[in-house]
Amino acid sequence: MAGYILKRLLSAIPVILGITVIVFLIMAMIPGDPATAILGSYATPENVEKLNRDLGLDKPLAQRYVIWLGNMLTGDFGRSFSLNRPVLDEILDRFSATLILAGTAFVLCSLIGILAGAISAARQYSLADKAITFVVLIGISVPSFFLGMMMILLFAVKLRWLPVSGMYAIYGGGDLPDLLAHLAMPALALAAVATGVVARLSRSAMLEVLRQDYIRTARAKGVPEGRVVYGHALRAAMVSIIPVLGIQAGFVLSGAVYIEMVFQWPGVGRMLVDAILKRDILLVQGGVVFVSACYVLFNIAVDVAQGLLDPRIKT
Amino acid sequence: MTAFLRLLFRNRLAALGAAVLALILALVILAPLLPLPDPDATATAERFARPFSPGHLLGTDHLGRDLLARLVHGTRMSLAIGLAAALAAAVLGSAIGIVAGYAGGRTDNIIMRAIDMLMAFPYILLALAIVAALGPGLLNALIAVAAVNIPFFARNIRGITVGLAGREFIDAARLAGMGHGRIILSELLPNVLPVIVIGVSTTVGWMILETAGLSFLGLGSQPPQADLGSMLGEARAALITAPHTSVVPGLMIFLIVMSINLLGDGVRDALDPRLKSGALSRPRATTRVDRKGPVPDAPAKGLLDLQSLETQFHVGPRVYRAVNQVSLHVGRGECLGIIGESGSGKSVTALSVTGLVASPPGVVTGGAVRYEGEDLLGMPYGRLRAIRGEKIAYIFQDPLATLHPLYRIGAQMAEAIQVHHRVGAKEAEGRALELLRAVRIPNPESRLRNYPHEMSGGMRQRVGIAMALANDPEVLIADEPTTALDVTVQAQILALLDELRRERGLAIVFITHDFGVVAQLCDRVAVMYAGRIVEQGPTAEILARPAHPYTARLIACVPELGGGKRELAAIPGLPPVVDKLPPGCAFAPRCDRARPDCRAGEIALAGSGRHDVRCLHPEVTP
Repeated sequence: MAGYILKRLLSAIPVILGITVIVFLIMAMIPGDPATAILGSYATPENVEKLNRDLGLDKPLAQRYVIWLGNMLTGDFGRSFSLNRPVLDEILDRFSATLILAGTAFVLCSLIGILAGAISAARQYSLADKAITFVVLIGISVPSFFLGMMMILLFAVKLRWLPVSGMYAIYGGGDLPDLLAHLAMPALALAAVATGVVARLSRSAMLEVLRQDYIRTARAKGVPEGRVVYGHALRAAMVSIIPVLGIQAGFVLSGAVYIEMVFQWPGVGRMLVDAILKRDILLVQGGVVFVSACYVLFNIAVDVAQGLLDPRIKT
Repeated sequence: MTAFLRLLFRNRLAALGAAVLALILALVILAPLLPLPDPDATATAERFARPFSPGHLLGTDHLGRDLLARLVHGTRMSLAIGLAAALAAAVLGSAIGIVAGYAGGRTDNIIMRAIDMLMAFPYILLALAIVAALGPGLLNALIAVAAVNIPFFARNIRGITVGLAGREFIDAARLAGMGHGRIILSELLPNVLPVIVIGVSTTVGWMILETAGLSFLGLGSQPPQADLGSMLGEARAALITAPHTSVVPGLMIFLIVMSINLLGDGVRDALDPRLKSGALSRPRATTRVDRKGPVPDAPAKGLLDLQSLETQFHVGPRVYRAVNQVSLHVGRGECLGIIGESGSGKSVTALSVTGLVASPPGVVTGGAVRYEGEDLLGMPYGRLRAIRGEKIAYIFQDPLATLHPLYRIGAQMAEAIQVHHRVGAKEAEGRALELLRAVRIPNPESRLRNYPHEMSGGMRQRVGIAMALANDPEVLIADEPTTALDVTVQAQILALLDELRRERGLAIVFITHDFGVVAQLCDRVAVMYAGRIVEQGPTAEILARPAHPYTARLIACVPELGGGKRELAAIPGLPPVVDKLPPGCAFAPRCDRARPDCRAGEIALAGSGRHDVRCLHPEVTP
């Protein structure tokens, strides 16, 4: 297993390199002169030239890429001009908030989605199945940002159960209950779409598996039906559910951008949107590379989980 | 096409989705003709007017602009942008996919690697990076969303193109001297076009949502130009004081995406043949029993008795009579063979015994199955479960498919014991070890830790047998247990079964299509054809003097060792499909002894009671 994990980790290196190349090339498409874009059109030619030199923009493209990559490897993602602090520091500060939000949503969507899908399949065409199917349809159709806004109206404004936005109360907050109260709505809103997708897939995966010969064998052995469905069948269905969880993690991470905007959550997504609006290119560049690389690593964890579950995969 | 549409709209939800979508499209297309106020005309005095206020059906926004007018124009913009993004992604992605698939080799490799890289991003980060480079704006948002979706099309279309590129008509075109460009445009493109169209229809809802999302973040359409996303984004500041300004565009996005989803699901279902055949429905814990006639009285004798058993498959309007009036009995220490071609109903007969026929579509419509006089068909689930594996056990044909792929052999065997007896894990494992020894598996200790895929076919089949024997059952039903195995392994397994029968007094029902196997093992044999027993009697007698022409032909199929050169007579034709059986003998169309009266009406199973045949013109009279 250790060898397998190592092999998968090594395979991530070219993917992450590819990501840096793509991000670099996209950023190189910026029309006009980035230094002018940063300094504004009233900047003096000397200042523009100095910034260009500082940013290394006077060198050829390939050389600039190598320098940029080398700097990132030593932890130097450059300096955000809009925040006037190192890009990496800002990303690390913000990323923990995103991780809490997206991680919670991911756990929620996996647990609820798989359970709902399994129940839906086990009681196909029952009232429970129809209710789940209906909720799932709404879940996958409603834009997460709109859902979040409606939740604020209902739970924060009307019922006053939960705080409207932010991660901690401004005065006196900061403990775990405070965090959970602030986390509840954004995590649920973020999880909604992914939960729907996971539930749908789990349902069809279960129905597929329940037709398999080994399920008939389990029944022939006299295994009780509950155990047939939630033991034998669900375990086999997980083989096709887990890769989808990996894909959904990407969607949860993406949705976090909207949810962070709606709930004023101090995460990477909001940082990126602000950075784009302020044309803080280094911050965008660093943020995109950092989060994408984390996502690649997460997908390796998913592969490893799949290898642990399914002995047929050569590890 | 019309059949497809009929199927599609019979799905009420899909029809609803189509109707809502059509309504929205009509609204959007007719927008310039509708008597709506200027969507960009501000009137700060009238800001945040509530819905249903005079002159403003849906109220006004933070600048006093008419929400209905803005909604219609915003929807128009969102749909247009989403569709444009979908088309752009489809055209570019498909072009990349076709070129990669057609070129193959290194070109393909390099292109697909690049595409894989794009897919390694969480999609929105890529879109954000593109917008960051190009600057906020509706067109740039469109470019970003399209670019992010290019890999989806490229991969799908490449996959199909690779399949097509190796086909004869492409070779023919190449030999005819057509250039690459022409081959792609005139030969490949028409073949992949339907897939592209389906791809667009399934992603367009998604792209509408994505462009709206970017606008919501302030990175898409810039004021005063509005799409649904930017309307929602602008309304967010007044969410608490004037919620209707958020609800109106939000609900519209929801309606659009939901109607597209409903329609898409409907299309997918209508195209999926499995849905109609019931192959996507969950099989119940036991076969459904719906007996039309009275339950036959219990016979005096017998361990296992099947009495006039009828099992059917109900698929839509069709009724397949898989098992038709089958009566069989087997006593302790006895081995009964059931023989027939595939599709003759022998497996369904066996599975019906403990309610293992997948249901739906299977239904037991008549007869009884009695174990020690008790009817298994009407039995409550709990009692039937207690009999499954404990009293009546099965060995199935293909142990790679019939053993759970993700559980170790030891765990699967231990489970078979533990679901019937309260024994600890250690004890169950010890028993499993004993069983593996009993079926002569070498190194049983290490085999317990194996997964099914790590064993050979013969070993797996032995595990299947060992598992069936786990609880010392009274009846063993073996459904073609040796078909997938080579001859030496087959002989070993038959010898093993025979030994178990003699040692443990096991009753065996042995299902096969091979008379050679029956001759070795079975005391009596029943021959099935098209769901019915056509002949039954002692094995030796039937082998020596087959009465039914079908039996005679089956026996003629077995090669005799040392029997010299003999033509193996295959039976011409195929067994009938059992949904529309003609009256009379089902074998008549393939029988060279058939006469007109064979097709006239019901033929009874008749004879001495020891040896019976269902034939008007038998080879011999039993």
